Amino acid sequence: MADVLIELQQVGVNEDGRCILDNIHLRVNAGEIVTLIGPNGAGKTTLVRVVLGLQAFSGKRVLKPGINIGYMPQRLELNPQLPMTVKRFLALSGANEKQMIDCMSRVGAQGIAEHSLQAVSGGELQRVLLARALMQQPDLLVLDEPVQGVDVSGQAELYELIECIKREQGCGILMVSHDLHLVMAQTDNVVCINKHICCHGHPEKVSHDPAYLELFGKTAASNIALYTHHHDHEHDLQGNVVDSVDAEHKEGH
Amino acid sequence: MFELILFPCLAGLTLALVGGPLGAFVIWQRMAYFGESIAHSALLGVALAILLNIPMNLSIVLICCAMAVLLSVVQKQLQLSLNTLLAILAHTSLATGLVIISLLPDFRLDINSFLFGDLLAVGQQDFLLVLLVATGVLIFLVSQWQALIALVANEELAFVEGRNTRLLQILLMLSMALLVAIGIKIVGVLLVVSLLVIPAATSRKWTRSPEAMALSASVLGVVAVMAGLALSWKVDTPAGPSIVALAGAIYFFSQLLLLTKRQRSQS
Repeated sequence: MADVLIELQQVGVNEDGRCILDNIHLRVNAGEIVTLIGPNGAGKTTLVRVVLGLQAFSGKRVLKPGINIGYMPQRLELNPQLPMTVKRFLALSGANEKQMIDCMSRVGAQGIAEHSLQAVSGGELQRVLLARALMQQPDLLVLDEPVQGVDVSGQAELYELIECIKREQGCGILMVSHDLHLVMAQTDNVVCINKHICCHGHPEKVSHDPAYLELFGKTAASNIALYTHHHDHEHDLQGNVVDSVDAEHKEGH
Repeated sequence: MFELILFPCLAGLTLALVGGPLGAFVIWQRMAYFGESIAHSALLGVALAILLNIPMNLSIVLICCAMAVLLSVVQKQLQLSLNTLLAILAHTSLATGLVIISLLPDFRLDINSFLFGDLLAVGQQDFLLVLLVATGVLIFLVSQWQALIALVANEELAFVEGRNTRLLQILLMLSMALLVAIGIKIVGVLLVVSLLVIPAATSRKWTRSPEAMALSASVLGVVAVMAGLALSWKVDTPAGPSIVALAGAIYFFSQLLLLTKRQRSQS
């Protein structure tokens, strides 16, 4: 039987009479990556906050007792009045020095330990936040747009690291992401939401789901297709068959 | 002569020492306006003390704590127009206090010492209360330091990592109420929050860790209290305002130093 870390049943969120989430079912098992996708304003972050216990909701939320949760917020609202180095910020998680050094080198942030937290770049800050989440030795890792502000080569690297963490620690991961085509290979389960669940399942299945196509359009869907099977042609705006970039690329080899 | 200034001196130093770290939290958590509201409500405490015939110090402490709890509950409930609400609560309690006092026969409130403090009149009893309250607040701050810094750095992360952020916030609010209550005797209702805020604000730009900021705020507070008392003793200026004026002077001087330092490193 699967080791269920968290399960949401019929979860709804209303704020000022406005429905933000409705009838959401979600489950994250140990050793599994669940990716949450959806357009802006779909309630992804709200759902993450429900999972974390930060948001009032209706319905049922069952958390496996005694598990550690590591959380990486979308952005860190940093208090400009609080003087703090990266190292000190990480120490706030309560972990010891050795763990801290491990986690920092893991995410590639060892070089900025003594920097002021206010002075690090957006991409570096994402790595620091991931390190802080890892220091909880989490059973459940919740990542809200983990690669935001990271350059393109760093994004793939970071996603690989996340996959690697899952394999080594056996933790379950709930991740919010915009770019399904990048996380596709690593994801076990995709949940596509827009206030309610539009579709869910294996990434390849979801990428062909009519509800998904409607939300993200055919372009996004074909982006995903490029990663799973290589079309030898593409369609231009009028629908005519044209040589695909990918096909040209292959011929070059 | 020495006995006369001993307890005022000790009381001022105790307040400044604990006020350093607490003042840092007032800045980090943006609680200055809450502090002002709590201080304003103290006059209601004075009125109640006379009405109910209870010790005035105790009554002020109780009213300040009640106000702090009320404010932290209201803060969570009503996100909207918090500033307006604070102004209403602060000034309603101040005005009500004044009205009640005016109705009491045979009682003359020395409004001056209430607004600006009466440090030189601090006696042994007052000092013991200051010492008791300050020790309590200090024990809380030191024992929960790591959790409190985690709260200030990012409340949601601290919560997810299993810290009781709500309780910490309320205790922080109560600590401020307690220090404000005992500080009223020393620098008065109008100046008490500034004695918490100014030293911490001064040390902000010179320090790289929260601990350094809190400790140097304590040192600066102590310097301001000593210098203010000395000035008051020598030239007969009011003690509370002298202390705050000097703390302010140190702040502006340090900003000036910072500016020249920055310009020099640029050229």
